[in-house]
Amino acid sequence: MSKHSSLSNSPKISEWLDFSQEGELTLHTGKVDIGQRITTALALIAAEELSIPFDQISVRKTKTDVDPNEGYTAGSFSMQHSGYAIKKATATARKIFTQKAAEKLNISEDKLEVSDGQIRAKGTNQSLTYWELMSDVNLEIDVDEDVQTKNTSDYSIQNKKHIAKGMAEIMTGKYQFLQDLKFENMLHARIVRPPHYHCELEKLDPDVISRLEKENIFVIRDGSFLAVAAKQEYKAVKAARRISLAAKWKVEKQLSEENIYSQLTANRKDRFFVEKGCVPSTTREIPELTTMNEDEHITVNAVYQKPYHMHASIGPSAGCAHFDGQSLQVWTHNQGVYPLRAAITEAFDMSKENVSVQFIPGAGVYGHNGADDAAFDAVIIARHIPKYSILLKWTRDDENSWEPYGSAMHCEIQASINKKGKISSWSHETYADTFLTRPITGKKPATRMLSSHYLENALPWPVAEPMMVPHGGIHRNMEMLYEMPEPRLVKNRVYDLPLRTSALRTLGAYGNVFANESMINELAERANIDPFTFRLNHLKDERAINVLKKLQQVMEKDTPEDEQMGKGIGFARYKNSAAYCAIGVSLTVTEAAEVLLHHAYIVCDAGEIVDLEGVRAQLEGGFIQAASWTLYEQVLYERDGIVSRDWDTYPIITFDNIPKMHTYLIENPGKPYLGAGEGAAGPAAAAISNALKDATGLSLRKMPFNSDTIMEAALEG
Amino acid sequence: MALINLHVNGKNMSVDTETDTPLIYVLRNDFDFKGAKLGCALEQCGACMVLVDGEPTNSCVRAAAEFEGRQIETVESFGNPEKMSDIQQIFAEENVAQCGYCTAGIVCSVTSLFRKTKTPSDEQIKDTLNRHLCRCGSHSRILDAVYRIREVAIR
Repeated sequence: MSKHSSLSNSPKISEWLDFSQEGELTLHTGKVDIGQRITTALALIAAEELSIPFDQISVRKTKTDVDPNEGYTAGSFSMQHSGYAIKKATATARKIFTQKAAEKLNISEDKLEVSDGQIRAKGTNQSLTYWELMSDVNLEIDVDEDVQTKNTSDYSIQNKKHIAKGMAEIMTGKYQFLQDLKFENMLHARIVRPPHYHCELEKLDPDVISRLEKENIFVIRDGSFLAVAAKQEYKAVKAARRISLAAKWKVEKQLSEENIYSQLTANRKDRFFVEKGCVPSTTREIPELTTMNEDEHITVNAVYQKPYHMHASIGPSAGCAHFDGQSLQVWTHNQGVYPLRAAITEAFDMSKENVSVQFIPGAGVYGHNGADDAAFDAVIIARHIPKYSILLKWTRDDENSWEPYGSAMHCEIQASINKKGKISSWSHETYADTFLTRPITGKKPATRMLSSHYLENALPWPVAEPMMVPHGGIHRNMEMLYEMPEPRLVKNRVYDLPLRTSALRTLGAYGNVFANESMINELAERANIDPFTFRLNHLKDERAINVLKKLQQVMEKDTPEDEQMGKGIGFARYKNSAAYCAIGVSLTVTEAAEVLLHHAYIVCDAGEIVDLEGVRAQLEGGFIQAASWTLYEQVLYERDGIVSRDWDTYPIITFDNIPKMHTYLIENPGKPYLGAGEGAAGPAAAAISNALKDATGLSLRKMPFNSDTIMEAALEG
Repeated sequence: MALINLHVNGKNMSVDTETDTPLIYVLRNDFDFKGAKLGCALEQCGACMVLVDGEPTNSCVRAAAEFEGRQIETVESFGNPEKMSDIQQIFAEENVAQCGYCTAGIVCSVTSLFRKTKTPSDEQIKDTLNRHLCRCGSHSRILDAVYRIREVAIR
């Protein structure tokens, strides 16, 4: 059996490739397109390997039991999982089709060539298409992972500029989002949530319900779960407001307003020593923190902090469901249709044969946002009113106050350099809440769904166990590629914190890389060595060295000299196993202490590049999103609930602070794909903080770096 | 309920709906123009942007009834996937969209801008785009595409 997770679950060629439509190839995949262009990349791999035009290849939207189960579309794994599987499946298919063509044309295989979906006998006009050969070949056989793939020197499609699948539809308003679904007999639904997590529905005025029901509005009440559904969408919107005003909630406890960073260090926690390979140990004791001798070493202590962040999708989450009394159909824009189905079947004691879940795109999710919960909510409503299709949309307020946030983090680093300017000790203790409360098949997935805690038969809130895999949630990218004596890395999985958290793009890597790479700069400064040389002095990994040297070269060449301009860099290899990414930033700080970004330089080695524009867009978008987190964002809350309920109270980056992008990809045809979707975020944060130090002389260690924190840092000196 | 008469994408259309229904619900659900998206319903994000008498206008708050007698244009009126407008074409060629949820609104605003002037200043471009939020971080690509549209328009 294959060691590859996707191919071991779905070993047969026919599970990935479908030639049944004349002149078309349909790809099956378990990875969903959330704006990262995975469908474009998969189609390009198939187009290259089979020499079929890109526009004759379509990619299915993942549906349970029809498409492979590849778990979640997450962790920058899509190319390593589905990309690899499609590459090997198409190469195996090409071999089988070519053999069959040789047999039919009565010619040896080396006299055949493939182009435009046709297998031709060289120098003749004899040819056969894949579709003509279809009935004579057997694709119900295993993908051959040792198959000879196309020679990289023969590539003609990959690593070129292509317009993404769906782009023209997006431009013209024809791209179908989940929010756009329309069915006969459809009802629009809205949820009425309590003021915050710890509330129970005490009373709902029955007169309000009966008045609404007279207006043909359905009111769904199941324990403390409240929703409305109506034929006309705006009627549902208004009904939800009326219910909201009529509902009385009992507050069981308030949100703790104590400083979050104090809670992160003081609360109950599990502590683990993180060993080589960035894996938490269950056996090794955590060594005492010792300080190097002052005569021989310079030691720096610093604390780096980031607040809670939101996914803050532009389109609030939505879900659609139809229940006919026995079987249930669900449409979702979440990142994993199979785990969602597991949560639904467990919650409602249904057999999986009776539940199908299909992906339909929504707005970008960037991890575990409200999408799973919205689908689950639609299911609850559909089960209460069978035979209707229920299209549920969360509001902006719902999304901002109920999505599972990216945890706040507190990173304490103590590091030393010796007289040669080499790192002589490194201790990093990172503190955070869990980054994984997604539903996981087989691990009580129903308890991970928000509304399961508010139903008549409420499930208890789950407590996620610490992730013990290499580069799991909190400790992701704690370990660096720099050579040094064994570092003292400690993961603190902290409990009893005030807000609901889960996977937000990069999990702990964003906070850890920000802390690590800020400290690296602080050490370089103490050593009086420039930040590039200091890093290069500690690196042996050739590919890491290459991206940093390239960044140095382009920054020296491009940046105009400006007295006021601060420059900074950051570097990491995401999870030490995905893309290498080095980022440089130039910025200025206004008199009002606002940061203006001027240039961003991104150098990335993502292995073999398939979809050139897709990789670039992921890196550039990753940079901009991380710049937004770094400069502007924090979830505000008080004892009575979340305060950041709209875009005024949760500001994000806008078009007036976007730097000029300079993106460079290191080409490595034939090398394994290295996921690039999350590589930019951590280095971007560090580059910004290091550039701010260069511009202002201030070491900013607490996000967001808005005018308040910059002023505060200036006053503290 | 009342009959509301609107002029949308060059056609007279009418709907019997509650008088306070915001324009976006009528456009999307009654007239099937799904290009405009519900984002915040607070006129903060621009996902619902359409043109009213040529001006970019959020459709998520103000009632449809307020727009009687006005010329409403949605993104669908500028082109279709087979034949896009010049602006849509350049946006597509520059791969500006990631998830695409904010894009249709931006296409509306940029279309309005270039109808008014072929040579918008950088400031005018940023003022126009600042009424829109994007979460995927497509901003730099959108800006580059708009600069390219300006270059093409000058030529």
